[in-house]
Amino acid sequence: MTTILEIKNVDVHYGAIHAVKKINLQLNKGEIVTLLGSNGAGKTTTLHTISGLLTPSGGEILFNGAPIHKMPAHKITSLGLAQSPEGRQVFANLTIRENLEMGAYLRNDKKEIEADLQYVYRLFPKLKERESQLAQTLSGGEQQMLAIARAYMSKPTLLLLDEPSLGIAPILVASIFKAIKEINEQKGMTILLVEQNAYLALSVSNRAYVLTNGEISLQGSAKELLANEEIKKAYLGH
Amino acid sequence: MSQNFIYFLWDCLQYFINGIAQGSLYAMVALGYTMVYGIIRLVNFAHGEFLMIGAMCGFYALRAHLPMPAAILVAMLSSGIIAIAVERLVYRPIRKSGRIPALITAIGTSLFFQYFGQLVFGADPKTIPPFIDEKIYNLGEINVSNVQIAIFCITLFVLLFLFWLTHYTKVGKAMRAVSFNLPAAELMGINTNKIISFTFFLGAALAGLGGMLMGYTMSVEPMMGMNLGTKAFVAAVVGGIGIIPGAALGGFIIGIAENLVAGLYKSSFRDAVSFFILILILLVKPSGILGKNMKEKV
Repeated sequence: MTTILEIKNVDVHYGAIHAVKKINLQLNKGEIVTLLGSNGAGKTTTLHTISGLLTPSGGEILFNGAPIHKMPAHKITSLGLAQSPEGRQVFANLTIRENLEMGAYLRNDKKEIEADLQYVYRLFPKLKERESQLAQTLSGGEQQMLAIARAYMSKPTLLLLDEPSLGIAPILVASIFKAIKEINEQKGMTILLVEQNAYLALSVSNRAYVLTNGEISLQGSAKELLANEEIKKAYLGH
Repeated sequence: MSQNFIYFLWDCLQYFINGIAQGSLYAMVALGYTMVYGIIRLVNFAHGEFLMIGAMCGFYALRAHLPMPAAILVAMLSSGIIAIAVERLVYRPIRKSGRIPALITAIGTSLFFQYFGQLVFGADPKTIPPFIDEKIYNLGEINVSNVQIAIFCITLFVLLFLFWLTHYTKVGKAMRAVSFNLPAAELMGINTNKIISFTFFLGAALAGLGGMLMGYTMSVEPMMGMNLGTKAFVAAVVGGIGIIPGAALGGFIIGIAENLVAGLYKSSFRDAVSFFILILILLVKPSGILGKNMKEKV
């Protein structure tokens, strides 16, 4: 197995607040890994640090063996790492197709872009139907689909997904997770998933890490964690 | 109808036409204001000074016997380049410090260039000839000059160009993406700093163009940016700041109102009327005529 992402002893500060404390995390090519944790545990901070929206105050992040923790976010994207941010953050003032074009901003291979567009339209047929409407007319679940599709359009080798189930109707959540699994299996994209819906996330993942107060408190295979008593109590509601 | 009333109507029409020509120029300057505000929420009070620097450089280009189109190009480029430099050296370092520090910095930058302009170019007013030989057409009781028509057409062309740019080109769509959500745009791989620089360049280049076209109505001097910049700012706010068609609409409204009031009432009220309109808009619809009441993004 080859390592695609390695986080070594990373610290992140917001001013005086120590949000992420010396975490270590590793992703292998082709895996789906979940990062679990309650609100404020540092999950989104960790993702933003990987994608370059935040800069760590200590430690290093290696992507395919090369350090990326001092690069601006747009450079990191150009290396093949894309993030679908928390709360969707779609460009509401752009059409759905324009949002997807923005996802492919760094690419110049017109034919391949068109093929990838058709691929995400197959994954999320709703997006195709509403291609030329402004993204602000979409429901929350549809915006989430758009955010994932938009991140996919940069054709990354590593896809970071921040809370894809947050505030979304259960029926759409199921189809979003099905799509995530499909992207991973058909396109071989490695996926780092941040979730509060632990059961659903673990059921599609290979491995998981649990973040508590900015520290990794638990890690293991998804199966182990699904059976873990603490996890059951804290996240699975039994 | 009495003869007087008919003459009154002719007068109104004349002032209206003059207003459209002048409003076109306000619109051209307001566009830069609105574009920069749209992309980084900064009211760039130095925008009028970008115009002044462009017009000054254009003036010297003409004096060096460059033909008018070349001088206009010089004006646009020098406005644009100074804007890129100011964004890079002044605004970018404080971009994350909040809006009030940015606003104060913008005012400071504006003052700096007003006095820097006096030092470098001298305080004496300079004259730029009209950009085409002026011909006046008499239509009934009103006069229209080819300069006025040309200015109006150029402004329309600029508006169409901006619409095309923001809807049909990659860089233009990226501008809209950055203006809506900068971090998300960064995640798309968009070099947001470059897009911001480009926006400053484009807005200032239009100000430089406006400065050269204005030559026929006013002289070029280091403090000219103050009055013009304020008018353009008012136009941008009246139309809905951050909205490109709003800036144009605001420019026309201010231009027409000024000319009607100055012509029919007193010319000393020319400047007051634009602020009167501003206050009215802020009372009735603070987001501007075309503005939407935007909810804060979560």
